[in-house]
Amino acid sequence: MKYSYFPGCSAEATGKAYDVSARAVCAKLGIELEELEDWNCCGATSYFSARELLSFAISARNLALAEASGASDLIATCNSCYTVLAKTNKYMSLSPELATEVNEALAQVGRSYKGTVKVRHLAEVLVTDYGLEALAEKVTRRLTGIKVAPYYGCQFTRPMGGDWDDFEFPVTLDKLFEAMGATIVDFPMKTKCCGGMMMLTNADAALKMCHDLLAAVEESGADVVVACCPLCEMNLEAYQPKVNAKYGTSFRIPVLYFTQLAGYALGCDPKDLAIDKQVVPCEAVLAAVPA
Amino acid sequence: MAELTTTQEKKHLHDVFCQDVMSMPEGSKIKQCQQCGACSGSCPTAYLMDHGPREVIAAFRAGMIDEILKGNTIWLCTSCYSCTVRCPAGIKITDLMYELKRLAIKYDLLPQGAKNAAMTKYFMQSVEKHGRNHELELMAKFMLTKDPTLGPKFALMGLKLFAAGRMPLFAKDIQGAAEIRKLTAYVDSKEVAVP
Repeated sequence: MKYSYFPGCSAEATGKAYDVSARAVCAKLGIELEELEDWNCCGATSYFSARELLSFAISARNLALAEASGASDLIATCNSCYTVLAKTNKYMSLSPELATEVNEALAQVGRSYKGTVKVRHLAEVLVTDYGLEALAEKVTRRLTGIKVAPYYGCQFTRPMGGDWDDFEFPVTLDKLFEAMGATIVDFPMKTKCCGGMMMLTNADAALKMCHDLLAAVEESGADVVVACCPLCEMNLEAYQPKVNAKYGTSFRIPVLYFTQLAGYALGCDPKDLAIDKQVVPCEAVLAAVPA
Repeated sequence: MAELTTTQEKKHLHDVFCQDVMSMPEGSKIKQCQQCGACSGSCPTAYLMDHGPREVIAAFRAGMIDEILKGNTIWLCTSCYSCTVRCPAGIKITDLMYELKRLAIKYDLLPQGAKNAAMTKYFMQSVEKHGRNHELELMAKFMLTKDPTLGPKFALMGLKLFAAGRMPLFAKDIQGAAEIRKLTAYVDSKEVAVP
């Protein structure tokens, strides 16, 4: 299996551990991830908020690069990158006028995009293409007794993932970790918003969202949260002290990227999963995994 | 913030919004809004908004787009897309919010205290410069210009992230950064300027 890989800007900074562990998991499974050469920012919510055509154009530059490289599937790990790239892809296919306008822009830099690339989320690829049975067979450290709260956040399936999972109640990560032996807790808030970029522009609103999520995690009895988006992971993990200061709580809940916990189950060395890059210590969770 | 004072100005903005929305994929579905309120009921920040998403559509229909742009509503949208997937009429409400944000920025109709537009601007500057967003540069610029009180509040967390290797100081420019600037210049030249 070979895929083109779009790491996204966070992979170079706050979300470094996601990138490192995603590559480690794929290497372990024999999935070849070829980083899209010279990829640029997907545009994120910022470009959509300021410029419509430009947001599609810079997003489509990535699709054009992938198409020119001969890739059929472009994998994103960040929910937001996935949504922006998949949305650009879909809107260009829905609107021939938009596709023409975007291609006129791309022509200025000697590029074009016909629309042959499929944008996919790594979690979906692991479950759909690699398969749960094959994944279970590769597990060397079964997560028996580990209670996991899969946190999907907003843009995992919303609005682009309706073809492969549910908008409101996705189960891709539930199935993945069940196959690895973990116990999935009931976590009704699993697709509620973490506040995203609002953590900087309206901290009170975002801290309330994180507080409500963390309270729900605590109530669920989970040992660990697994996240599939760098912004979700960052807000839910690194802002726990701020939530505690504001709400008088004492949350100290381990949050890992799903690729970190999956990688551990698959037998990767914790060093190769950047476990030491977490702000809330999570070594106790891994120590609880039966040898 | 500029003010929309004349009826003609309001009418112009109403028409631009209408035209832009109709040109979006499935944009014409806005006509089918039945004011059920599923959007406002699904919105995680509606409790803070001057007008929830349902009222946004009602106000637009009533020719009161200025009322929406004056308020805080659009700047509280987190792009969670809950409204979009729940709307029984299939209206892409998140895209409407983006369109309103674009109009507010383009026509300089930002309410006082709306910091998101600055965040958006700095984000785009980072991408134009490097081809990618450099998180530290974005945060530092935002804090210094828009909210200096954030600096001390975030210092400890920033240090923790830096110590964990999650906050690189310098950006690496991609080879195609010039392409991003060229795309930007091209789209700038194509778009209609504010009258």
